[in-house]
Amino acid sequence: MSKQLDMFKTNLEEFASKHKQEIRKNPEFRVQFQDMCATIGVDPLASGKGFWSEMLGVGDFYYELGVQIIEVCLALKHRNGGLITLEELHQQVLKGRGKFAQDVSQDDLLRAIKKLKVLGNGFGIIPVGGTYLIQSVPAELNMDHTVVLQLAEKKGYVTVSEIRSSLKWETERAKQVLEHLLKEGMAWLDTQAAGEPQYWLPALFTELYSQDITPEEAKEAIP
Amino acid sequence: HRSVLWGSGVKFDSGVLLLSTHRLIWRDQKNHECCIAIPLSQIVFIEEQAAGIGKSAKIVVHLHPASSNKEPGPFQSSKYSYIKLSFKEHGQIEFYRRLSEEMTQRRWENMPAGQTIQVNKDPQAGRIRAVGIVGIERKLEEKRKETDKNISEAFEDLSKLMEKAKEMVELSKSIANKIKEKQGDITEDETIRFKSYLLSMGIANPVTRETYGSGTHYHMQLAKQLAGILQTPLEERGGIMSLTEVYCLVNRARGLELLSPEDLVNACKMLESLKLPLRLRIFDSGVMVIELQSHNEEEMVASALETVSEKGSLTADEFAKLVGMSVLLAKERLLLAEKMGHLCRDDSVEGLRFYPNLFLTQS
Repeated sequence: MSKQLDMFKTNLEEFASKHKQEIRKNPEFRVQFQDMCATIGVDPLASGKGFWSEMLGVGDFYYELGVQIIEVCLALKHRNGGLITLEELHQQVLKGRGKFAQDVSQDDLLRAIKKLKVLGNGFGIIPVGGTYLIQSVPAELNMDHTVVLQLAEKKGYVTVSEIRSSLKWETERAKQVLEHLLKEGMAWLDTQAAGEPQYWLPALFTELYSQDITPEEAKEAIP
Repeated sequence: HRSVLWGSGVKFDSGVLLLSTHRLIWRDQKNHECCIAIPLSQIVFIEEQAAGIGKSAKIVVHLHPASSNKEPGPFQSSKYSYIKLSFKEHGQIEFYRRLSEEMTQRRWENMPAGQTIQVNKDPQAGRIRAVGIVGIERKLEEKRKETDKNISEAFEDLSKLMEKAKEMVELSKSIANKIKEKQGDITEDETIRFKSYLLSMGIANPVTRETYGSGTHYHMQLAKQLAGILQTPLEERGGIMSLTEVYCLVNRARGLELLSPEDLVNACKMLESLKLPLRLRIFDSGVMVIELQSHNEEEMVASALETVSEKGSLTADEFAKLVGMSVLLAKERLLLAEKMGHLCRDDSVEGLRFYPNLFLTQS
């Protein structure tokens, strides 16, 4: 096999010499590349010592992105309890990278996050609406929690009545889920709302999106 | 009535544009003696620019570079290779249509030039070749085409590469099966070598994982390196760090040739067996940490109990601030203390608060 391996390495080197830039600069090409690797059963991001990483430089791109994602999530955790939309994460990561850095797409973020899971930090990807919520704390979020998050995504908040009517749950079940989210800091309770109390998800507050990470928050990110 | 904009920044305003089978002619409305013409054969392509707020509709005419026998015109040369025809009132759509037709039919190629319209021979008149702007536009167009070509070439090359990679995957599967069958006959060395091949290719190795773990020589080396790198940071942080913290610390320090999360985990799994002064520990929550061998989390629990007792009760946040730990690890310590029976919890919507377990101490 080592002969085959050497031959493959040569092929890859040739490919890299011609198209390494393409991978760096073109997010669509990266998607194609990743999808094709997955189809044949190869994980180009498994190891920094892999050929893919060494010769195409894909590894460094995603591993560094991983560090940046971790930093943003840590800095903002106290605001949102460890839940953040992919959009906000994308924005904040781009801000942190500065204007001369390579372009990074949402697909890139998702792939980097999938790799981070193995560190046992609770990173998870929750589909909501047309997008995703990224979890970055080891909090237990089961199907019930996920479904309520999805329900809350439309308006940024949810009430017990809405859960009862949309999901056909008993009040007790709805309350349990909402309390869990409150305890985890992922939801805030507004008891002064007209009608019944509203459970807001800071991760979904669009007003918070453009708010930069403060120096105090940044310190949290690098313990 | 239209005006013609020259790319060199000079504008010829208020004129009439005429189209013949051979030429594009512009005549100044006021000064009929000023007349400029371009042969249609000089045109590379034309494009429309729609009107906008404050902007009139335009046609951009991209031109070939001027030939050396160019007749005198308003400019001898220009750094631009296009001209813009600006339609202040109306007529852009119709003119574009007609000009496109003439460009398609190329009737000037079939008919002799014939009698050229008499143009004034003063310096303002004559055939004009605008150059310069077209060069820039054309370069952009070429770049676009080349980028497209590059992309399709890249995709082609990518497909071919993936074919070869697929062969490697198949080969590795058959070798893995052989190893499975011949369990005893394969040396540990050969197995380790095979695993490093899989590592290089990025192929998961389900067969050999059970027997020797996912580690390779590379991970062994890495584990030893980590032991060196992490000694001081661990001491500075009370002997314990989450794996996520380690990942960031190590990769920030490296700058290049970063570790993948899997590399880190696989290396850390070997710490204990290599008898290094650090170890990997996994809490019930799934949180993974690196501890100094000398670190004893259970002892730390005793001091945590003291701290909590002094304050009556503490949340993970409060405890973290007091002790100078990350919230993640503070919570794990309190949870461990609870597991050992020293603390109990008050889990309300205001947060998770820990109290000394009076059931234990006061029974």
